[in-house]
Amino acid sequence: MSKIEIEALHKTYASRNGPVTALADVTLSIEQNEFITLVGPSGCGKSTLLKLIGALIRPSRGKLLFDGAPLVHPTRDVGIVFQEAVLLEWRTVLDNVLLPAEILGLDRARSRARAMDLIALVGLGGFERRYPRELSGGMQQRVSLCRALIHNPSVLLMDEPFAALDALTREELGFELMRIWDADKKTVIFVTHNITEAILLADRVVAMSPRPGRIARVLDVGLPRPRTIAMEFTETFKSYSEEIRRVIYQGKGAERT
Amino acid sequence: MSATSVETTALADDEALEGAASTLKAAAGATATLIALVIVWEILAREFQIPSWLLPAPSLIAQSMLEWRSELIGHSLVTLYETLVGFALAIAISIPLAVAVVYSRLLQNTIYPILLALQSMPKVAIAPLLALWIGFGTLPKIVVVFLVCFFPIVVATTSGLTAVPSPLMDLIRSLSATSLQTFVKIRFPTAMPHMFVGLKIAITFAVIGAVIGEFVGSENGLGYLILVSTSQSRTPLAFGSLVLLTIMSIVLYYAIALIERLVVPWAPRN
Repeated sequence: MSKIEIEALHKTYASRNGPVTALADVTLSIEQNEFITLVGPSGCGKSTLLKLIGALIRPSRGKLLFDGAPLVHPTRDVGIVFQEAVLLEWRTVLDNVLLPAEILGLDRARSRARAMDLIALVGLGGFERRYPRELSGGMQQRVSLCRALIHNPSVLLMDEPFAALDALTREELGFELMRIWDADKKTVIFVTHNITEAILLADRVVAMSPRPGRIARVLDVGLPRPRTIAMEFTETFKSYSEEIRRVIYQGKGAERT
Repeated sequence: MSATSVETTALADDEALEGAASTLKAAAGATATLIALVIVWEILAREFQIPSWLLPAPSLIAQSMLEWRSELIGHSLVTLYETLVGFALAIAISIPLAVAVVYSRLLQNTIYPILLALQSMPKVAIAPLLALWIGFGTLPKIVVVFLVCFFPIVVATTSGLTAVPSPLMDLIRSLSATSLQTFVKIRFPTAMPHMFVGLKIAITFAVIGAVIGEFVGSENGLGYLILVSTSQSRTPLAFGSLVLLTIMSIVLYYAIALIERLVVPWAPRN
């Protein structure tokens, strides 16, 4: 059984100029502990798909199964990281990480111990008592990753989590994420508009194209793990990159001719 | 990792220090300007021999303040009492009302227009009606203070309660948080810095409200003292009352600002 099964999923939004199709006929199976990246230009529906999987919005049509059961309400088995860290400014790093545990009513002592471990794992040991405003953007995003993992969900949803960071921090966090995922496997669905990032992180890249948002190609990344920067310069990597670029802009190219 | 963070903290400390220094500098500048103005006033009043019932010299004002100190203190306490009780009442009613407005579309549509209408009414015009309805005691003054403070607090708190970033709301929803959890852990703390903006605006209106109430009909308070002393051509005493009103207003404002720093240390400072 797949972890997440998506079949003929549609999402239509109402707008002033009539209904807009954000997502058309999306079918995708995501396996347990798979690292999936959704890549595409803006308007391709990648964030919409992520929100649908998080049950934050309802599909207009189609089937969405989570662990084999239809997904209706948000499940606590999901952790989310957004583009902005959106930490609570009045809470310390530790208390920010503990927020989901408090809301879910998890055991305090055990959550605390797990939070301390997670904070150390992302390299923020010693910063537990600091406030978000004392941290750099990259550090804040590490905290937000800890917060997404505190209740040990089996699925991690990441909506362009490193897009607001500088290129070097972005790369660093990408490798760190893979290290964490390797140590404690989860199903990761990672949205990005950066093709290199998408290939480097993923088991499978789901390339999406816009108007209406749909899956253009699903690409198996055959690169061995652990991934390294050097892989970016291999012929295989380049061919993946070209392939993705081609299918993403296929629709547009067709319009032009 | 730790090297960069130490750097950031050091930078923050530097900024704080610089901030404190510039605050001090600004305060010193303001004080110097004020003193200079008072001196110029004193010189002009003496040089042109302006009659004291028209524009008393600062020295004369100080002298009369000393002379009438027990009266001034007594009337100040009355005005202060009206201000603080009215302000407290405004807080006690405005904040729950803001919460109700945010959580109920119906209330939002029905109460907001009424609030706006109430706010648009000149309080000076309402004050005589209040005197008519509830007499000349302390209560009508408290009500005027309440009326002037009420609106800024409701508006600021309402906007604060709706200022939660939408990704954060998504996060909370993904955890199936209850409304109470969302309110206590997210919404209310998010609203607090906004709420304090409203409180700071309201407290500057509060003293004015008390004086308006006292002008309409009263037997004590600094507003009453101003009215009586001008009618008897004791202008220096009127000025003395004015000085105390100003000081009261400023001190109350900074008291709220201080409480803000203690309660919401994460609020942006300017």
